[in-house]
Amino acid sequence: MERRPNARSGAVASAVSLRGAVVLLGGFPALAGADLEVVPGEVVLVRGPNGAGKSTLLHLCAGLLRLSGGHGDVLGCDLHADRAAVRRRVGLLGHDTALYGELSAAENLEVWARASRVAEADVPGALDRLGLPPRLRDVPTARLSAGQRRRVALAAIVVRRPELWLLDEPHAGLDSDGREIVDGLVAAAAAAGAAVVLASHETGPAGGLATGTVTMAGGTLSEGAQA
Amino acid sequence: MSAWRGLSLFVGDARLVAAKDLRIEWRARTTLGQVLPFALLVLVLFGFALDANRPTLRLATPGLLWMTVLFATVVAVQRSAAVESADGARRVLLLSGMAPAAAFAGKAAAVAMQLLVVEVLLVPGVVLLYDAEVESVPLVAATCIAATVGLAAAGSLLGAVVAGVRAHQTVLPILLLPVSAPVLIAATRAFADGFGTVAVEGWSWVGLLAGFAAANAVVGAVVYGPLLEEA
Repeated sequence: MERRPNARSGAVASAVSLRGAVVLLGGFPALAGADLEVVPGEVVLVRGPNGAGKSTLLHLCAGLLRLSGGHGDVLGCDLHADRAAVRRRVGLLGHDTALYGELSAAENLEVWARASRVAEADVPGALDRLGLPPRLRDVPTARLSAGQRRRVALAAIVVRRPELWLLDEPHAGLDSDGREIVDGLVAAAAAAGAAVVLASHETGPAGGLATGTVTMAGGTLSEGAQA
Repeated sequence: MSAWRGLSLFVGDARLVAAKDLRIEWRARTTLGQVLPFALLVLVLFGFALDANRPTLRLATPGLLWMTVLFATVVAVQRSAAVESADGARRVLLLSGMAPAAAFAGKAAAVAMQLLVVEVLLVPGVVLLYDAEVESVPLVAATCIAATVGLAAAGSLLGAVVAGVRAHQTVLPILLLPVSAPVLIAATRAFADGFGTVAVEGWSWVGLLAGFAAANAVVGAVVYGPLLEEA
């Protein structure tokens, strides 16, 4: 698909630029020549059925998977040459939460903040933004509900202030209040100049956020209707 | 980045990972909850079994002690690896951008701290129950430190190796037992000298332990990053 200009600034420096990207997982081409352009300030929805390769795409953009073929450039870093350099600058919400179950929400976020070298002072504010009640912040996250853990995982991304948000089914497991909070976070991140890639097999919840939509099937992307 | 700044970041990241792992262990008490009853059982059981033959019991003391530490190593390393594999938590280490060598140092340090706790309880235990006498405190202390670092480094390295294996809880002991055999032999010999039960040159065995520890620490620091990514 063609690079989309940044609607607010007109800038064209890509946050994500994939050309014929191929990712092999155990010899199977989970991405089979994917093309994608995302510019800062843009929110791109990647739609597709289960197994289409959406999660693989997000993990590739996060620098967590090796690019087996094609060209990939994320936040100015060549995925062939230095994908590790991308990682500190992205926030990835996967199907799992990347939280330590024995640690509380606040402790998990402090670990994320210190490991990522960002301000620990932002932790309470991030939990406030995600609407996690103070009485739950010192409870081990293993004892929280799935939706509450999802909120903590999103708060970890908020603390890190990434330049690229990669959200895999961000509304999954959240109540209506939580979904509204996610929508607000995504809109605020894009308004602040971050690029956002949302993956969802549903059109409904995420569709209203997107400034662009692509459809994924069989490891390849095709351009969808602009939102 | 200056070398001093780089070292400071490395130490800070390693401390963060170690503190995180120790806090998790303190909350769950998985390792100590399994190891301490086992250690107590070994002490009491062999105390009764060889009570009539105290010289033999004293000769067997170093071997019994280090076998118990080996059991503790297997449990602690399995727990350390499981902490990172649960709910995708290893993404914290990967996405934070911290040096993999620092993460390895932190993981190994946390395992080493747990093993030292076990040893600190075991040594007075054999002194009290087996009438063992520590003739050289520096030798016993140096043996504990060198052997513990070696076991923790080798165990953390192998924990990362098997993290992506489906039957990792079975595979880890199979790999760890032969790798740790030199440590157990050297530590047992050095302890025999430290307890005055066998006339050997204990410090030369400590040198071997230190070499083993250094080799495993270096290899672990180098390969932990790729292993973490492949898990």
